[in-house]
Amino acid sequence: MNATAAKILEAPRPKKSGAGADRTFELITSGAAWFVLVLLAGIALSMAWGGRLAFKTFGWRFITSPDWDAVGGHFGALVPIYGTLVTSAIALIIAVPVSIGIALFLTDIAPRWTRGPIAIAIELLAAIPSIIYGMWGLFVFAPFMAAHVEPWLSDHLGGKAVIGPLFSGPPIGIGMLTAGIVLGIMVIPFIAAVAREVFSAVPAPLRESAVALGSTRWEVLRHVTLPYTRSAMIGAIFLGLGRALGETMAVTFVLGNAHDLSASLLMPSNSIAAAIANEFTEADTDLYRSSLIALGFLLFVVTFIVLSIAKLLLLRVNKQMGRTH
Amino acid sequence: MNRPFFALPALALLAACGSSGGNEAANSSGAQITGAGSTFVYPVLSAWAADYRNQNGTAVNYQSIGSGGGIAQVEAGTVDFGATDQPLKSDELAKNNLAQFPVIVGGIVPVVNIAGVDAGKLKLTGPILADIYQGKIKNWNDPAIVRLNPGVNLPSAAIAAVHRSDGSGTTFNFTHYLSQVSPAWKAGPGEGKTVNWTGGVGGKGNEGVAGYVKQLPNSLGYVEYAYVVQNKMSYALVQNAAGQFVAPSADSFAAAAGTADWKNAQDFNLVMTNAPGANAYPIAASTFILVPKQPKDKAKSNAVIAFFKYAIEKGQGQATKLDYVPLPADLVKQIEDYISQNVK
Amino acid sequence: MAIRASRRIADVVAFVFATAATTFGLVWLTWILWMTFRQGAAALTPSLFTQMTPPPGSSGGIFNALYGSAVMILLAVVIGTPVGVAAGTYLAEHGRHTRLAAAVSFINDILLSAPSIVIGLFIYELVVRRAGHFSGFAGALSLAIILLPIVVRTTQESLLLIPDTMREAGFALGLPRWRVTRQILYKAAMSAILTGILLGIARIAGETAPLLFTALNNQFWSANLNAPLANLPVVIFQYVMSPYDEWHTLAWAGAFVLTAFVLLLNILVRLIARKGKQG
Repeated sequence: MNATAAKILEAPRPKKSGAGADRTFELITSGAAWFVLVLLAGIALSMAWGGRLAFKTFGWRFITSPDWDAVGGHFGALVPIYGTLVTSAIALIIAVPVSIGIALFLTDIAPRWTRGPIAIAIELLAAIPSIIYGMWGLFVFAPFMAAHVEPWLSDHLGGKAVIGPLFSGPPIGIGMLTAGIVLGIMVIPFIAAVAREVFSAVPAPLRESAVALGSTRWEVLRHVTLPYTRSAMIGAIFLGLGRALGETMAVTFVLGNAHDLSASLLMPSNSIAAAIANEFTEADTDLYRSSLIALGFLLFVVTFIVLSIAKLLLLRVNKQMGRTH
Repeated sequence: MNRPFFALPALALLAACGSSGGNEAANSSGAQITGAGSTFVYPVLSAWAADYRNQNGTAVNYQSIGSGGGIAQVEAGTVDFGATDQPLKSDELAKNNLAQFPVIVGGIVPVVNIAGVDAGKLKLTGPILADIYQGKIKNWNDPAIVRLNPGVNLPSAAIAAVHRSDGSGTTFNFTHYLSQVSPAWKAGPGEGKTVNWTGGVGGKGNEGVAGYVKQLPNSLGYVEYAYVVQNKMSYALVQNAAGQFVAPSADSFAAAAGTADWKNAQDFNLVMTNAPGANAYPIAASTFILVPKQPKDKAKSNAVIAFFKYAIEKGQGQATKLDYVPLPADLVKQIEDYISQNVK
Repeated sequence: MAIRASRRIADVVAFVFATAATTFGLVWLTWILWMTFRQGAAALTPSLFTQMTPPPGSSGGIFNALYGSAVMILLAVVIGTPVGVAAGTYLAEHGRHTRLAAAVSFINDILLSAPSIVIGLFIYELVVRRAGHFSGFAGALSLAIILLPIVVRTTQESLLLIPDTMREAGFALGLPRWRVTRQILYKAAMSAILTGILLGIARIAGETAPLLFTALNNQFWSANLNAPLANLPVVIFQYVMSPYDEWHTLAWAGAFVLTAFVLLLNILVRLIARKGKQG
């Protein structure tokens, strides 16, 4: 520090240009900040603009129509939206309990010296590129599902009353269930990271007094930790949902690219991102291309809303915990 | 400035080592022409491109994205040529100022992945294929299939029918054939580069369909024969118009192609499915190349024409190696006359 | 005082579930990494790095894809880092308590998790459509947009970690604000910002969707950024969806290289962070 101070003291001190350079610097940095806003607006606008032909042609029917006829020119977003929602729902059903379990394990159960390495291992799940997930899903996991899991499901559950239709169909291994599971594994580290952070931020006095009153570990989780971190947990879930909705590569390989509305989870379907990825370079009419961009716009709007909710909840939590930024 | 501007020198370094790397001969004299479209023609086109590059240095960068994509890109002008298995009608060619000519003939073959069923053992007919893809025949041991295949051990498993998810000329030829032989199909999904498939899995390109059929047990798909050969897949025999179950091969494709009347086809607009003749393969098809009639970049256009002249005049070896049918000499002459008349 | 049996059972169940959940997560990680390394390592040959992507049916390598990815990543870093650092500086310094900064921070975090395929579509409309052709440059731009929010966030957070006393010391010495930022704050936050860039590189190295409609792909050697450019993720995508065994082998090898690269970067980041904490 002495050397730096000395260097600064000895440096020539231009008086006037200091203010001018300061002004320039501030302009540059605030310009860059504005750029971020402009970028988001630009993305939203260009999606809306590109999709206007589809919206104008189909109107609200675009969202409710299950058609996808490239030759006749009838496009509807219902099947991609359905596939996106179903795979994301499966993903959350898997990821949320698992993430809470991991957070509980890391904050309460694991021996202290293992917590770091295990936490790092879980974070590595987030680092793996999604195309690797997709590839592993297609070559390794889907055959596993087709050979071992799906036949069992359709044999034992396919005939039951209410849930039967969910598990019927040929066990080919690719479909909404497999895609949902792969997506769920991808999303675990995002939710688990937030969960772990907020679980360990529960004030020690709160937890300790519960334990002093005779609570078991489970009761501390259920009656102290989870209520205290409710906003953060919901925020984390929305964050995971936002990621799951927009995921492309993990899903494209194992979802099956079928523009079919099917009740069964074992059947192939399509998602918004997978449809765009598979069909955009081959869209040969303006309406086809516009419909795909319109799909992109819908995806953007939905993820924007979901991520905004997540961000608002997590901001509130940060304020609660006394962070100023 | 302590910013990490190591990026700039690193870029320079990479660019420098890049231009001397690789195992290609350093011949930057060659042009690079871009094309996109049919996956049907991709195996033989990439073989031609590799030979052509060794011969004269021009690189043909072809994106195998399906006929629909090829048509879109050449109409938009983002590639130098397009390849499609569904010929365009003359009015659409005129609207986009494109010239069209065939370059190869091949065959579309149903492929299956059934344990114990080897290549050429399973017999199918057009109507049965139509019923399978419409969901009317659901299992492999359906009476209609069993009746046709005594002695073949067909499992009671559900058929996983794989179709094309992209705009495909292969689909067009396949569905055109199904419309010709199955009234139910014609009234239902009909023909086109894509149709309203009921159920099944969508593969991207011939590659995607072949990939899925290889992966998924008890699946059925339709692919160009070169993909069957290259990947040693199990194909089924199809009954032709004369009632014979013909195996796919260059000879049976040629028998089908021989019945085509190219002289009277304006802009070569001709589809050859369900060809007559005892030895004709029922689902034969050609690939057509689309080029702009008044190209903006004359040098590129000349390079494209030179490449395809090479392909139709000298590419027969590669074509037959992959069981495609090279074009007969008089058709080659007709094409070259057409090109010199239409592409300026 | 013994506790009621049902309470103990609930506790044991929770314990078992939490352990099972963690094992569940670790099992998937192990399975995925193990398969990638096993299949990929078997395909690792020197020709991977010397030969170009082959046509179907022949063997080759992925050098053009590796080169294209490297060039686009570097270009994305060159484009995205200055803008990101500048914006992050605004959020932490000049604009610290302004509404603009709050809005930008909010929007930035949304961009961070936004679907990358939408960004690819945006660049397609903006650049590829106008230019009339795909290009490596468009691919680099889309990667830069994905990198940007990461750099903004890291810069903002690392600058905010520096205590205000350092800023005050600089002002007390008579330095103008921009000098304080440049010579004191950036120096102190350098390793943190660097780790942010490295994490960003790890993220964009694996991004496929945005490149599908910007850089497309090129099976030949090419260093031309103004034309379709080969890149690793799209090559893997194409090869995985194909039926050819040689292509599958190359895809696994490419996946191995990509995963190893990303994991090594992550480890490097942790090492730098730990060194920064000690220092």
